[in-house]
Amino acid sequence: MSSEGVPFLHMEGISKSFPGVRALDSVDLKVSAGEVLALVGENGAGKSTLMKILSGAHRKDAGRILLDGKVVEIENPHQAQRLGIAIIYQEFNLTRNQTVAANIFIAREPRVRGLGGWLGFVDRVSMEREASRVLERIHAKIPPAVKVRDLSVAQQQMVEIAKAIAVEAKILIMDEPTAALGENETDVLFETVRGLKAQGIAIIFITHRLEEMFHIADRVVVLRDGQFVGELPMAEATAERVVQMMVGRSLQEVFRKEKAEIAEPVLEVRALTRRGAVEDVSFTLRRGEILGFAGLVGAGRTETARLLFGADKRDSGEILLEGKPLTVASPTEAVRAGIGLVPEDRGLQGLVLKLPVLENIVLATLPRHSEAGWMNRTQMAQTARSFVDRLSIRTPHLRQKAMLLSGGNQQKVVLAKWLASKPKVLIMDEPTRGIDVGAKAEVHALMSQLARSGIGIIMISSELPEIMAMSDRIVVMHEGRIAAILDRSQATQELVMAYASGQRKG
Amino acid sequence: MAEEKEPAVTQGMRPGFALRSIMRAQEFGVFLILAAMVLFLSVFTNTFFKSTNIFNILRAFSWVAISAFGECMVIITGGIDLSVGSVMGFSGLIAGMLLRASVNAPLAVAGGLAAGIVIGLLNGLMVTKARLPPFIATLGMLLMARGLCYGLTGGWPVQDLPQGFRNLGQFDIPFLGAGIPLPLVFVVVFGVVMAMFLKRTVWGYRIYAVGGNEVASGLSGISTDRVKIMVYILCAFLTAVGGILMTARLGVAAPTAASGYELDVIAAAVVGGTSLAGGEGTILGVLIGAAIMQVLRTGLVLIGVSAYWLQAVQGLVIVVAIMLDQLRKRQR
Repeated sequence: MSSEGVPFLHMEGISKSFPGVRALDSVDLKVSAGEVLALVGENGAGKSTLMKILSGAHRKDAGRILLDGKVVEIENPHQAQRLGIAIIYQEFNLTRNQTVAANIFIAREPRVRGLGGWLGFVDRVSMEREASRVLERIHAKIPPAVKVRDLSVAQQQMVEIAKAIAVEAKILIMDEPTAALGENETDVLFETVRGLKAQGIAIIFITHRLEEMFHIADRVVVLRDGQFVGELPMAEATAERVVQMMVGRSLQEVFRKEKAEIAEPVLEVRALTRRGAVEDVSFTLRRGEILGFAGLVGAGRTETARLLFGADKRDSGEILLEGKPLTVASPTEAVRAGIGLVPEDRGLQGLVLKLPVLENIVLATLPRHSEAGWMNRTQMAQTARSFVDRLSIRTPHLRQKAMLLSGGNQQKVVLAKWLASKPKVLIMDEPTRGIDVGAKAEVHALMSQLARSGIGIIMISSELPEIMAMSDRIVVMHEGRIAAILDRSQATQELVMAYASGQRKG
Repeated sequence: MAEEKEPAVTQGMRPGFALRSIMRAQEFGVFLILAAMVLFLSVFTNTFFKSTNIFNILRAFSWVAISAFGECMVIITGGIDLSVGSVMGFSGLIAGMLLRASVNAPLAVAGGLAAGIVIGLLNGLMVTKARLPPFIATLGMLLMARGLCYGLTGGWPVQDLPQGFRNLGQFDIPFLGAGIPLPLVFVVVFGVVMAMFLKRTVWGYRIYAVGGNEVASGLSGISTDRVKIMVYILCAFLTAVGGILMTARLGVAAPTAASGYELDVIAAAVVGGTSLAGGEGTILGVLIGAAIMQVLRTGLVLIGVSAYWLQAVQGLVIVVAIMLDQLRKRQR
């Protein structure tokens, strides 16, 4: 075990850029053996990128990594594993149809002795015995011969941990390990983590739930906008202080909201519930209003949007559009009723990437551009041309495939599609995620314009500054419920964060 | 016919009493279908259960079954091999042409098998190194291999194959007064070997791993390309074995032989519970699947269904079998 002064892992001046984004800017990180380090920051702060560099999934642009005092180059995941660095992603890397033992020993199954082993026969008895031994080390009561698909999420996570332990990992990175766990399961996981710590394993724990780090971590490192903001020993950390470090920036000029007249209610939601995801959600949206939805990942914001859009079925609750009850059994019905959705994942859900800009813009208004079932191509081109000009969508021509546009321009095409359909309510899920600052400002200007034309907008965003700047009112969700609805004038970033992380209860 | 089977099937899909582990086994549902079909045919026809008829059924299903063992592995990795019908014809043809060129039988058989292996290697390389979708790569190979058959023969069948070679497909091993067809012995031998290979060896584990989660397998250090090339080679090799048995049985190597068999082979694998999404499937299931398809074909003729209706019923059975399989998975 290393002493206090000499960190087992030292990442120094790590920088990484992706096209259009500086994801990491000279970040430092140290971890000692037997230490649990909490790594926190808002979405897009660079936590995952930093960990992907450590685990070999990304290459760094600059900086160096020292392991046990020696400089190492980590070029691929396999090499990271050989160096004793294991990572458990939120999405598990398990093969569901194979047994627990086969997963723990994937790619290095023990073989039987003699001729059979030479022929490649797996020694299942000793593999399962070894698997039990590894599982025992982390006090997981999982029979090694069971198939992974028959396990609970918490048990699958234990298998992931066992997999890491089995290759003698010295550093274990856990990306939001508690996101899918219940309270009891989280306690069990923490017990396991303490056990690993006692065995001298360094653990990096990425989390959004601030209360958790007080239970488990020795130290916390805060990242913001790809930069190292600071670190605190847990004894000196308070939730307020960490939140302040996370959100500490001033509002940027990027977010400029223009005033819109807020009129009568257009959408009323009463006690909307989908078991396990959304509980008893009620709110009112008015014409011309931008209602911001804040909360952590998994707080139930996207799930609420899917219920409103008819993508999922609600178990109970009422939705009223302009005072009339709405069934919304399907997205088709929602669109017909006048609800539009700008989804979180443009490429997967918002655009037909392989179709040209023109077709994408008229996708939600095909009937209006047709006569007796025949598409009127002149009219389509007119509509598309007018939106390309109005939103200054940068495309060489209308026949350009959507996949060839930049992220910001793609988002503008999605917006144009909904502008053309003149919805009453527009739901925008992370409207500016992954687009550069200039395009962000344009998207925000468009949102203001839409609001002024009398549309009610629901904006889901994980970027607090965006929420603060663009919303007329802010709905803060925590674990499937509405924790608070705050007025623009009374909301502060700290207050929103406190409700979102469960520090304050509604 | 289709209505007769359904009650038995649904019972098998809903475990609720003893023997749960057997019933939960992937193969149990299809096994019940097969049992119901055999029972029905034994009761309602007096020719079905005669040993000569049973063995004729089993002989005719041999080559499809052996090829389906290979197809099953390809499908488990998440791929598909459409070229098996052509490979079956091509390998038999190569063996036949070598025989006509006075090459001795063992060498001619080896030549046919080698032809299969080469095609499998090419399939594997197209899928991995050239990154072609398996559907496209093997569709191309289907046409290329069939085209070679026509080109090499000018469209004429290769006839008068020596008896020593023909015995491979025609010889019956005397057993308790009946004759067990030699091809059936090959089915059993290859079935056992491939089942062991899939369930017990490192390679088998990797095949399931790649099909179950290719990303995870790659990150764990498995060379996914190598695993895929291996399954395409194995599939083509096993198909070539089937092709040679078929040619030996018929005594003629026609350039049109086994046309369209890829559908029977894929159907056998899929009816036997191999998931087209990858990661799932067993040799035993495929064996039962192949048997169902063959019993269906023979059975329909025996109960007097016109041959013209055969395909329609086969298609229906495939669709129903897959639907039931989906249901079973959703219940889990």
